[in-house]
Amino acid sequence: MKWLSDAALDRLRAAADIPDLSGTRYLWVEKLGEGGMGGVYRVEDAALGRQVALKAIRIVDPSGQFAARLLREAKIIAQLEHPGIVPVHDVGTLPDGRVFYTMKLVRGRRLDQYRAESGGVPERLRTFQKICEAVSFAHAHSVLHRDLKPQNIMVGRFGEVLVMDWGLAKLLNRGSLAEAEGAGRIGAEIEPTSHPDTAHGAVLGTPGYMAPEQARGEISAVGPGADVYSLGEVLKFLLQGLGPMPKALVAIAGKATAQDLERRYGSVEELANDIAQYLDGLPVRAYPQGPMGHLWRWVIRNRAWILLILAYLAMRALFILWRAR
Amino acid sequence: MRDDTKLDAPGQFPPTRWSVIVAARSMEPEERRRGLEVVIAAYWRPVYKYIRLRWGKDSEEAKDLTQDFFFRLLEKDLLASYEPQRARLRTFLRVCVDHLIANDDKARRRLKRGGEIEFQPLDFESVEGEMQHSEIPAPDRVEDFFEREWARSIFSLSLQRLQQDCEQRGKQTHFRLLEFYDIEEAGKELTYAQVARQFGVKTSDVTNYLAYARREFRRIVLEHLREMTGSETEFRREAHTLLGMKRP
Repeated sequence: MKWLSDAALDRLRAAADIPDLSGTRYLWVEKLGEGGMGGVYRVEDAALGRQVALKAIRIVDPSGQFAARLLREAKIIAQLEHPGIVPVHDVGTLPDGRVFYTMKLVRGRRLDQYRAESGGVPERLRTFQKICEAVSFAHAHSVLHRDLKPQNIMVGRFGEVLVMDWGLAKLLNRGSLAEAEGAGRIGAEIEPTSHPDTAHGAVLGTPGYMAPEQARGEISAVGPGADVYSLGEVLKFLLQGLGPMPKALVAIAGKATAQDLERRYGSVEELANDIAQYLDGLPVRAYPQGPMGHLWRWVIRNRAWILLILAYLAMRALFILWRAR
Repeated sequence: MRDDTKLDAPGQFPPTRWSVIVAARSMEPEERRRGLEVVIAAYWRPVYKYIRLRWGKDSEEAKDLTQDFFFRLLEKDLLASYEPQRARLRTFLRVCVDHLIANDDKARRRLKRGGEIEFQPLDFESVEGEMQHSEIPAPDRVEDFFEREWARSIFSLSLQRLQQDCEQRGKQTHFRLLEFYDIEEAGKELTYAQVARQFGVKTSDVTNYLAYARREFRRIVLEHLREMTGSETEFRREAHTLLGMKRP
């Protein structure tokens, strides 16, 4: 019997996990990553001559649970057509029985890698705004992400942001956000209104980024506020390593991650608005200020003009003094 | 590729077979022997290495203890006390080995094993050669060590079976490709196109042949597991351990 080294054992194990692409339009390139229910692979779409990402469930799924979840994820993403949400191209079943979908191959960095290489506060806040826009769009279509974290967010070469991994997404009941926004298609087309695991109060998400009500498994309490909380944690993550933060920014992150749902921002849009206010040098909801505070922010906001006027006045004064001599 | 998105996946799992555990507990001596032979084929190498490295026994004593362990499995009907819902079979067997060695009585062992039962000879010399690459497991890594040796044993057996199957079906190139690309160091960095040139086949053949060999390999591994697990839950857990990259 042939002896297998540790390295050979690992390679064989990985090879056994490679999706069976025989007879499909896809050619194997490499494995990109591993998730809870399967893997993501770089494959070449021979029909279109381009590389795409293929997500497939792991080979062992006798109850069909992963297959159902992946299919559901693909359908949800397919409905969310937004520049900040990775588009789905194809869905189906491979010859080995694994359900898969293909999506745009995102060429960029994960948010944690981006943070290590990116610039100062304004740049990071603008990136954060784009994340908020994508999540807010999903909320407007009655979809909660429920697993927002730096590992699930990609930043492209040109600063574009893509929110990934909608495997734990929850569909809100029709009649809430969907009807309010006049965009209730998803609730009508995708059967379950909640994730298969969530009906029993299972805790799904990532510790550290999960809202308290989500961590406690309080399914009915998990709404847009849970994503607001996760975004607050993402904001804190993004601002790490930049030295002491202005009080207004600390207050924004604090309000987004308030333990009490009532004290959090009511929507992602409200959070994004406060970030925009901050970037424009305007007062933010999370950090009410007195008259002096307003004056100071006004000074900061108009500092260029003020400096110009002061310089002009100083020159005038010097000129008058010179003439007086 | 099927263009439907049906969630059931027939053929993804081998049909339920007569579990070797049930066979090994059978009242029929032949059935028990057959069951035990399957267990021995999968476990004798991990057990021998475990005794050598974990318990620090020399090769002669380890050989003696390994054979004695499997004789006892048959004669003392140890598998009758195995409860699949409480532990994995391999954990149960490892604990039995520990128990045997902790209560070792050489004189009793030699006296009791009269030689009336004979199994296929075990190639201990080859395992000694393999052990040149093994390290003594730390006390807190014993379970991991045993699991890895068990995985090595199951994969080796499955590869052997795959090779036989491929030869019978005239698909030697399929097996050779899997061996070259998925096991040997030489194939690690090559693209399918480079492998195709080396084997004198088309690139699409590499895709299809490898897919076939991997699919058959998975099927054989799962068949082995199906035989050697006592419950559906254990089967799934062990399949995750062997083929899944993460534990459930």
